[in-house]
Amino acid sequence: MSEVKKFLYVNRKAPYGTIYALESLEVVLIGAAFEQDVRLAFVDDGVFQLTKGQSTDGIGVKNFSPTFRALGDYDVNKLYVERESLEERGLSEDDLQEITYEDEDDDWEEKPSIHIISRAEMADVMADADVVLSF
Amino acid sequence: MKFGVLVSEGPYTHQAADSAYHFVTAALAAGHEVPRVFFYHDGVNVATRLSVPPQDERNIQKNWTALAKEHDVDLVVCIAAAQRRGMLDANEAERQGKDANNIAEGFRISGLGQLIEMGIQTDRLVTFGD
Repeated sequence: MSEVKKFLYVNRKAPYGTIYALESLEVVLIGAAFEQDVRLAFVDDGVFQLTKGQSTDGIGVKNFSPTFRALGDYDVNKLYVERESLEERGLSEDDLQEITYEDEDDDWEEKPSIHIISRAEMADVMADADVVLSF
Repeated sequence: MKFGVLVSEGPYTHQAADSAYHFVTAALAAGHEVPRVFFYHDGVNVATRLSVPPQDERNIQKNWTALAKEHDVDLVVCIAAAQRRGMLDANEAERQGKDANNIAEGFRISGLGQLIEMGIQTDRLVTFGD
């Protein structure tokens, strides 16, 4: 496939309570095989998807949060998290799990995949995308 | 223009499947192309041929089936989302050892790759959801 488009997956919902977050991640993993330029955005309650130390023992559903750490292996390494959404929920970058990738263009140096950006910058990320999938 | 359409909420509970239907109808009438509509999340439930809405209400599945037939629109139901929600075509029912299937004419079950492909091959991807 010659044409490469910028795919942006916008994650707006908490990881549990509804299935949107899990089924969004399933699209991301399948979509990674198409060699497109993939970005993930986390806004509103979607920022909870990346928090560390998640446990679903009490609710009987699968904890899929470790899958985010594997995204680097799928060449998905641009995860944009909105700062205002974090702050509005009493969260900071320290509450998020560490997600990294190995940069093949830089001697496989391990680099962070998560970028904390402002709401205004998030608007630019959205405007820059060719295809926006909102979950 | 070439549009791809994603329906991501269930029929009757939510307006998404109706709005998408009206959008596709209008787009085709205006001379645009809509090669494919993809059904995801609870949107997969649109494809059941077993729903029996009251006679004075619209039948969402039948609307889509008729539209697909008339305009050759590819109606694709996500297989992973469909299996979770008990939506099976004859092949899947046999493969999974189930005693029934429920996918209506005009719809087909396939993978999420069809959604990505739609995003690549169309000029605009329009989502109808929550």
